[in-house]
Amino acid sequence: MASLQAWLAKPWIWSFIGALLVWLATIAFTGGYGGGGMITAALSLAVFTVIVGVGQMFVITLGPGNVDLSLPANIGLASAVAMKVMDGNDAMIAVGLLAALACGMAIGAANYLLIWALRIPPIIATLSASFIIQSIDISYGRGLQIKPPPGFADFTNWQILGIPVLAILTVLFTIGAAIALQRMIYGRSVLAIGQNIRAAWLAGVKVGRIRFLTYTLSGALGGLDGALLAGYFRGANVDIGNEYLLASIAVVVIGGTSVAGGKANVPGVWGAALFLVLLLTMLNTFGVSAGVRLVLTGLIIVGVITAAGGQKALR
Amino acid sequence: MPEVRADIVTLDGAEKHFGAANMDIIRLDGAEKHFGAVRALAGVDFHVRAGECVGLVGHNGAGKSTLMHMVAGTLMPDSGRIAVRGGIENNYSVPRALELGIRCVFQELSLCPNLSVAENTRINHASLSGFGWRRKAADLIAAKLDEIFPDHSISADDIAGDLSIGRRQMVEVARAFTVTQDPLELVILDEPTSSLDAHTAGQLLSFVRRFVASGKSCILISHLLGEVLGNADRIVVMRDGKIVASGAANAFDRDRLVTAMGGAEAREKAVAETASRPEAGPLRVRARPARQDDGKELVAHAGEIIGLAGLAGHGQTDLLLAIFAAASRAKAGIEVTAPVALVAGDRQSDGIFPQWSIAQNIGVRSLARLRNGLLISPQREAELAEFWRKKIGIRTPDMNNNIFSLSGGNQQKALFARALGSDAKIVLMDDPMRGVDIGTKLEVYDLVREEARNGRTFLWYTTETEELDNCDHIHVFKNGRIVANLRRDELTEEKIIQSSFGDAA
Repeated sequence: MASLQAWLAKPWIWSFIGALLVWLATIAFTGGYGGGGMITAALSLAVFTVIVGVGQMFVITLGPGNVDLSLPANIGLASAVAMKVMDGNDAMIAVGLLAALACGMAIGAANYLLIWALRIPPIIATLSASFIIQSIDISYGRGLQIKPPPGFADFTNWQILGIPVLAILTVLFTIGAAIALQRMIYGRSVLAIGQNIRAAWLAGVKVGRIRFLTYTLSGALGGLDGALLAGYFRGANVDIGNEYLLASIAVVVIGGTSVAGGKANVPGVWGAALFLVLLLTMLNTFGVSAGVRLVLTGLIIVGVITAAGGQKALR
Repeated sequence: MPEVRADIVTLDGAEKHFGAANMDIIRLDGAEKHFGAVRALAGVDFHVRAGECVGLVGHNGAGKSTLMHMVAGTLMPDSGRIAVRGGIENNYSVPRALELGIRCVFQELSLCPNLSVAENTRINHASLSGFGWRRKAADLIAAKLDEIFPDHSISADDIAGDLSIGRRQMVEVARAFTVTQDPLELVILDEPTSSLDAHTAGQLLSFVRRFVASGKSCILISHLLGEVLGNADRIVVMRDGKIVASGAANAFDRDRLVTAMGGAEAREKAVAETASRPEAGPLRVRARPARQDDGKELVAHAGEIIGLAGLAGHGQTDLLLAIFAAASRAKAGIEVTAPVALVAGDRQSDGIFPQWSIAQNIGVRSLARLRNGLLISPQREAELAEFWRKKIGIRTPDMNNNIFSLSGGNQQKALFARALGSDAKIVLMDDPMRGVDIGTKLEVYDLVREEARNGRTFLWYTTETEELDNCDHIHVFKNGRIVANLRRDELTEEKIIQSSFGDAA
């Protein structure tokens, strides 16, 4: 009993419970048909939200006002860069991935440069950066219809016992992110800055460097995500990242990370990503029309955040 | 037919208090309060009469704040009775207290940082409404500030968050004395002078005397025993949730108070001891304030304790921050030759990480040393915290508890532990003792001297003249400049005040 309560006290457990409930509702509707395939599909799709979600989580944890709104544009550009560099050639996969990462890092670094040098709020800086990035993407990727190298496209679909390899790798990555958050100087510094940036500076935290690293990290993860998405969906696209603006923020918040900063939660990002993907699948299975689906998704996100907020009583 | 006052009739054996001719503004009988397993108040009887200033003293955690929260209506006792002007209050609350004219200035400053001084004043006065409410509120607070602190330089349009902590405290105090609709009978002042310099504190205390002389009442909580002895009519001493002594102020002296509070005994000044200090070590800090136009500068060597004195907000904190910044990035006019740590005085905005445990709050300055390979070792972090829990006496059952589970004084100890437990050779102290009880202070003074003997350098800004006795050199600040440089043996309160006000003698 006590251990059950300890579990329920963890802010991320709710997103997993939500995901489980949605899954159960769906298979109850289908009469048990397709439950396993649904999980496989959900894992495959959730991976893309988790990768950018972790980046967004570190940024949001930096404190009020910190958010990376350039992720969709970043994903779009990086997907184009990756496909162009790989050029359908299996030998160039690694180079293409590196190019996408570098592209994302450059965007992240540029974001922080805007924030730092011009002292504009991150929300404005990353939003205006995203317009610039999008314009670059449109002119760079004009008429671009390069298919991913077959090896890369296959890689994004590999499965072991019904579990996507990409999901396994992403789980490993998120474990690393959780360790970095709690046990490394970088993570502790991010948490300190998010609670009180002035106190963090006075406690010797390298505030500027940590913020720069965080925006660069978020950018890099956006770039990686772009390349993987292009592999999974068989080609780059300017709009490929669009849904990750809301999704990256939603999974952070639903997952139990504090929007006020200073408190982050990595497992919750997974739970929330699965929840969102499964929710969409459920509504599709129920045959709900697109408009109603959006309304319901919005309402459910609001509901979950309200419910999770009730759990937050400190001390 | 004269109406029978309900309070007289319903009393069951309590008439001996409530019917008294000298009506109490407020009376608590047998007030008890538990927080979980902790007994914060153990059956306290407490009262305040009209036209009296009651001084309340005791160590941090003695139960003073809990008792005052009950008087102000923010906490209800678990058992016991509250009566105001003889009438028993069964549903006592903050609105009810305000209606009855009981107000409180709490130790943790409560102004909204994003609002102006006038707007903050309006929060307490719902009757300032309609067109021009801002002007009315501004006039109200400005008049009160003028009355209490005649030479204050605060404008009602200033944003509270931009004011120094001392000025915020002045506004907070002045606001509590403004009157529109609700009556004003009793004001609780919890450490009202903790961030004020001697001059401003004197203005406030003499205002309190005038206020009391006009028939109103005051409760004065202060760790500066001299303030209490000099201004209270009656003194109440608390310890471990009980009242252990109470009587007319002139029946007490400093030693009796300290003995009644228990714990630390009154100690001799440490003058003799520090005289035997060896020659100063290598240069650690050389700094000239940005606005200094003559050759004066602050120089600190290894093993020295340097005091920064003068009226609050005259550039002492600015210089400390400049030195702190210069330690990581070269800065003109400031030379720093060793790692620096800072002990914040404004705990909430400069020191505490509210989400973290005590141990994490202590460890944050030493993360690099706590690593085992790439990762921070929880074991080393716990060891560091445990070492300092014992060394500096942080009163908690578990260092993994949230930092806010500690009383204010113990939070401050954790901030000291953060700085002293780090690799810093230079420790900057930004008036860190505000609102800290005398027992804690004496312990920390000893620790500071011990660390200085081991070669650490301390730059110590303080608003309490007594603390300067611990320093080797004292720099007096005025308008952002150093105006006097005194050795300890030359130090007197008169000299500091003279330099603070004089035309740069």
